[in-house]
Amino acid sequence: MDAIPARLDVARLRQDFPILSTQVRGKPLVFLDSGASAQKPRAVIEAMTRCMETAYANVHRGAYHLSEVATANFEAAREAAQRFLGAATPEEIVFTRNSTEAFNLVAHSFGRALLKRGQVVLVSEMEHHANLVPWQMLRDAGLGIGLRFIRVTDAGELDLEDYARHLAQSDVGLVSVTHMSNVLGTVTPAARIARMAHEAGARVMFDGSQAAVHRAVDVRAIDADFYAFTGHKLYGPTGIGVLYGKRELLDAMPPFQGGGDMIETVTLEHSTWAAPPARFEPGTPAIIEAAGLLAAIEYVNAIGMEAIEAHERALVEHASATLAQVPGLTLLGRAQDRGGVFAFSLDVAHPHDLSTFLDRRGICVRAGRHCAEPLHARFGLEGGTSRASFGLYTTPEEIDALAEALAAARKFFA
Amino acid sequence: MTGQAAGFEELRDLYQEVILDHGRKPRNQFRMEVFDASARGDNPMCGDRVELFLALENGQISKASFLGRGCAISQASASLLTELVPGLTPEEARAMGARLREMAKTGARDDSTPALARLSALSGVHEFPSRVKCATLAWHALDAALDGSKEASSE
Repeated sequence: MDAIPARLDVARLRQDFPILSTQVRGKPLVFLDSGASAQKPRAVIEAMTRCMETAYANVHRGAYHLSEVATANFEAAREAAQRFLGAATPEEIVFTRNSTEAFNLVAHSFGRALLKRGQVVLVSEMEHHANLVPWQMLRDAGLGIGLRFIRVTDAGELDLEDYARHLAQSDVGLVSVTHMSNVLGTVTPAARIARMAHEAGARVMFDGSQAAVHRAVDVRAIDADFYAFTGHKLYGPTGIGVLYGKRELLDAMPPFQGGGDMIETVTLEHSTWAAPPARFEPGTPAIIEAAGLLAAIEYVNAIGMEAIEAHERALVEHASATLAQVPGLTLLGRAQDRGGVFAFSLDVAHPHDLSTFLDRRGICVRAGRHCAEPLHARFGLEGGTSRASFGLYTTPEEIDALAEALAAARKFFA
Repeated sequence: MTGQAAGFEELRDLYQEVILDHGRKPRNQFRMEVFDASARGDNPMCGDRVELFLALENGQISKASFLGRGCAISQASASLLTELVPGLTPEEARAMGARLREMAKTGARDDSTPALARLSALSGVHEFPSRVKCATLAWHALDAALDGSKEASSE
């Protein structure tokens, strides 16, 4: 860990992403919406094509060579995800459609079967709707399971004292919080959150949709019970996500959805369930997307998550300083530990107007509430914010272009 | 600087002075105490909101006001609406809304009357598909208010 990570050769890496050399309205693309979905390197694109051209058949079903090859490739993706998260065994990796499905799976299966009447799920005020709405549905299912919220401080950090107060009520069955906010950029102290949850007898789940892209994650070092991330934010394809669950928990959980490939025996009247992870993967899985996810994980591994993190730390520092110079701009959140996501508002322009203005300069930012309406309400910003989010291919020059365009927008709209 | 000026020119098709002016200083922005029809329009995707109030007299809209939050386009459109619909029958007001939706779809101005010429300032959204809903939100609320329903969505 003492070695200083090599600086990323961003100019070279950018050449791996075909879309980054395209133009928008005759201007170079400045893509600052990677937090919503990241662009894809050629390695991912080619891996998916190769899967279809040379190694495609359904998995876990055929007793012929091609299906065995397809199955081996699919399971290789699972093993890559296992190592990427530091999980103990590949059986602890469940493929889902995305992080959202991972939360729905845990809410439906763990929530309904293993939480007890009178217990509550604890989420924070800064959650993405994916880590809020499934728990609201669980609360409203008539099982006597409650839902409470950990406060977020004015700086945009998790209020750990408030968290401790909730845990002290001894009714928390599951804590489910983000590892990195998709609005504030705040990185939460996951290991500490998990330790506090476990000391209170609760299980803990993390939304790693943002964090897993920006930092090396080790679910065993954190001691997470569940951890979710999605492929498309990690430079991989849409349609595939990952749920990590501790083996003993997955073993105890009933299926989320029924179908083929998740059963042991089936009669017309009854079925018995296959062992995890198959139990949670009914139907034909995302075979081609798994090939893409494997390539994406190999791609970021080859660069090194530490190097990516170091590059993004430099970008965060640069953006904090640069955006602070823009007149009339207010940054949302000022967490000590943060990643490359900046939500902001400009005094004279609504986020939508700003987005249109920036788009004309080839700059893509997100406008709105970023699937985190309660958080925007918490900060009195019901109308939404603009959000710039970075990827491994983001350059300081792109942040400068954003700052310059924001200053011009202020002149235009004022 | 020519590049920047060119960028501004292009944006002026959308943000014509009348839009920017109404966006900055919306007219008739207040809650009507006594009204005959009202409805709220929401764009759930972006949080734009317009709450419209109408007073009717002798079969005509006599007064219109609104409360709202959102982008310059949505607020300017609501502000223009409150200036343009007084004096119109409900049917004429609906027809004006239909004209606006048409302009937003085709990008063609309609200068056949002074009122439609003013409304034509919104025709620039044609080039910006994601912003069409912003321009039409208040007019959806108008239809909903005249229908007697409470809520409209531009989705």
